[in-house]
Amino acid sequence: MNKIKSIDDLRKMKQDLESGMNIREKSNSPESLVQIRVAMATCGIASGARTVMNTLIEKIEKDKVQAVVTQGGCMGYCYAEPTVEVRIPGKDPVVFGYVDSKVAIDIIEKYIGKGELLEGIIPVNYQTINEKK
Amino acid sequence: MAQYKMHLLVCGGTGCRASQSERIAGNLKEEIKNLGLENEAQVVITGCFGFCEKGPIVKIVPDNTFYTQVKPEDCKEIISEHVLKGRKVTRLLYEDPSTKEHISDSKHMGFYQKQIRIALRNCGFINPENIDEYIARDGYAALGKALTEMTPQQVIDQIKKSGLRGRGGGGFPTGLKWEIAAGNKADQKYVVCNADEGDPGAFMDRSILEGDPHSIIEAMAICGYCIGATKGIVYIRAEYPLAIQRLKIAARQCREYGLLGADIMGSGFDFDIELRYGAGAFVCGEETALIHSMEGLRGEPTVKPPFPAQSGYMGKPTNVNNVETFANVPAILLKGAEWFSSIGTEKSKGTKVFALAGKINNVGLIEVPMGTTLREVIFEIGGGIKDGKKFKAVQTGGPSGGCLTEKHLDTPIDFDNLIAAGSMMGSGGMIVMDEDDCMVSVAKFYLEFTVDESCGKCAPCRVGNKRLHEMLEKICSGKGTIEDVEYLKNLGAVIKDTALCGLGQTSPNPVLSTIEHFYDEYKAHVTERICPAGQCKALKLYTILADKCTGCTACSRSCPVGAISGEKRQPHVIDADKCIRCGACYDKCKFTAIHVQ
Repeated sequence: MNKIKSIDDLRKMKQDLESGMNIREKSNSPESLVQIRVAMATCGIASGARTVMNTLIEKIEKDKVQAVVTQGGCMGYCYAEPTVEVRIPGKDPVVFGYVDSKVAIDIIEKYIGKGELLEGIIPVNYQTINEKK
Repeated sequence: MAQYKMHLLVCGGTGCRASQSERIAGNLKEEIKNLGLENEAQVVITGCFGFCEKGPIVKIVPDNTFYTQVKPEDCKEIISEHVLKGRKVTRLLYEDPSTKEHISDSKHMGFYQKQIRIALRNCGFINPENIDEYIARDGYAALGKALTEMTPQQVIDQIKKSGLRGRGGGGFPTGLKWEIAAGNKADQKYVVCNADEGDPGAFMDRSILEGDPHSIIEAMAICGYCIGATKGIVYIRAEYPLAIQRLKIAARQCREYGLLGADIMGSGFDFDIELRYGAGAFVCGEETALIHSMEGLRGEPTVKPPFPAQSGYMGKPTNVNNVETFANVPAILLKGAEWFSSIGTEKSKGTKVFALAGKINNVGLIEVPMGTTLREVIFEIGGGIKDGKKFKAVQTGGPSGGCLTEKHLDTPIDFDNLIAAGSMMGSGGMIVMDEDDCMVSVAKFYLEFTVDESCGKCAPCRVGNKRLHEMLEKICSGKGTIEDVEYLKNLGAVIKDTALCGLGQTSPNPVLSTIEHFYDEYKAHVTERICPAGQCKALKLYTILADKCTGCTACSRSCPVGAISGEKRQPHVIDADKCIRCGACYDKCKFTAIHVQ
């Protein structure tokens, strides 16, 4: 075990360890972060949602994007799986269909990063009971 | 560190462990392995989440799902539904008692909404047995900052400016205490952490030590740096095995990392800690008694001065602080004195941890800003009184405190307001009572505790409290007179004035405050011989309602003293002189014919 011999050692160690805790830190203030939800029902998983999710997580970690990736159940767009819903604070959620690893990276770089819209957006055609109130 | 996309936080506090949380963590891990998700989900055992009422708790991040009352057999479903497919297990979510809606995100639960967690910042968030998680959350950064960028006096000034006051009950300004200890010259000084938490129903310090032991070690080292001590001692009760174990693990990890020992972070400052176990005597929470106990002597208090800061452990200057006080220190140094003093009231800064117990819906551990009202704590965070009963009183400050009533509900909680209301902050126990609680019995309960715990050194406490207890016993058994109530008041005042230490000086408080706020109840006991709450057994009168009695003889057969007589199929009667008020007939009767007064 390396000893911490100076404050710089401590700071460096903190930096190395931080990413492991990020997921917990982010859960403290989800409202202020971009929320990415991957539909992970059976059909989603079968079409590769798990790989997509891993790509998303690695990408936001690498680019230090302030976003949190969670998984959701079936959103009903079984024809377009894997689907990913992105909720940017203050904006309406957008659902992307037919997401593969390449599209996943585009979502983060282009949509979240630059605000550009991409191909493959599924128009939201439902209301949830929470929004109806 | 591997990148997991999901963390499953399992409460490993004493309460949840008692309800099998270790097995839950084990089962979760096994299920994760069964489904091949080891690289995606991680199980972490944390400290207390505070919501002990609904334990064991399993919280899943990043989606902040808060599962309550989880059983080991639920683990399979949690993993296969939530972790694998992203479907929440609704039946395990917290149900809002008023709207009956399931709340999945703990942020939306009434219990957490009013809380600000400073002392408990890492409890239920990090694995207390893993120093890396503490460091990842800025752990030991406050110590590093103090050692490399600040002089001891600058640190003391920060603590003074923050307005932090001792959380053990006294409310003495912490910075000032450190300054006094720093000012005394000696070849050796000591930092002592008082973890001898003894109030009935209190578990604040235990939870901090179990959930975030490193914060205490860090703060003790900071204190050592300030006052010029190289040795720290944690005085902890032997009844806290889990807290002891986690402290030991934490200290060992610190030594491995060089955060305890010689020349910490290359600053030339040496510091290490050791543990001393207390045998669980309440008086040892008093700092002079605590020091004597550590020296191997009887745990008896001595007159102050000399204060421990002048002559404490082994005759050397010693600074004693409570666990929760220490837990605030690293946060103050990192976030600044201004930040800390912006929270709270004019004279009480920061937050206070309370252990909510008694007849309240959400029993648990909470941390609220000073100045929060009792009503907010009891009705919003605590979720109100159990079974829809009526609120009667809340006892704060443990055996040294007093009872507060409905008229105090809107009092903002801080050190001075509680004293003005006739109670005290104490270490943070808060026991809520409803209409079924007899206040005379409550006073008797606390007196029983102080009589047991009195060290016996001074007569007012040793003899006086015993007499108080005898008189309360007399009143509860229906033999008291109105003069007895006056005696209680007089004797209580004398004990307060003449006892040697804090224990004796405050022990009459539960009696005096209940007499003040519930005089009518005392009066009913002595003049009408009635216990309005129906708690005092000796004051109960059992009678049989002739119109409801079918003469089934169930009661007379169950009576252990043969006090019930009557012919078969004829109404029975109870001989009040023979009756021992055990209630056996009441439980047996199928026709609600037994009337209790």
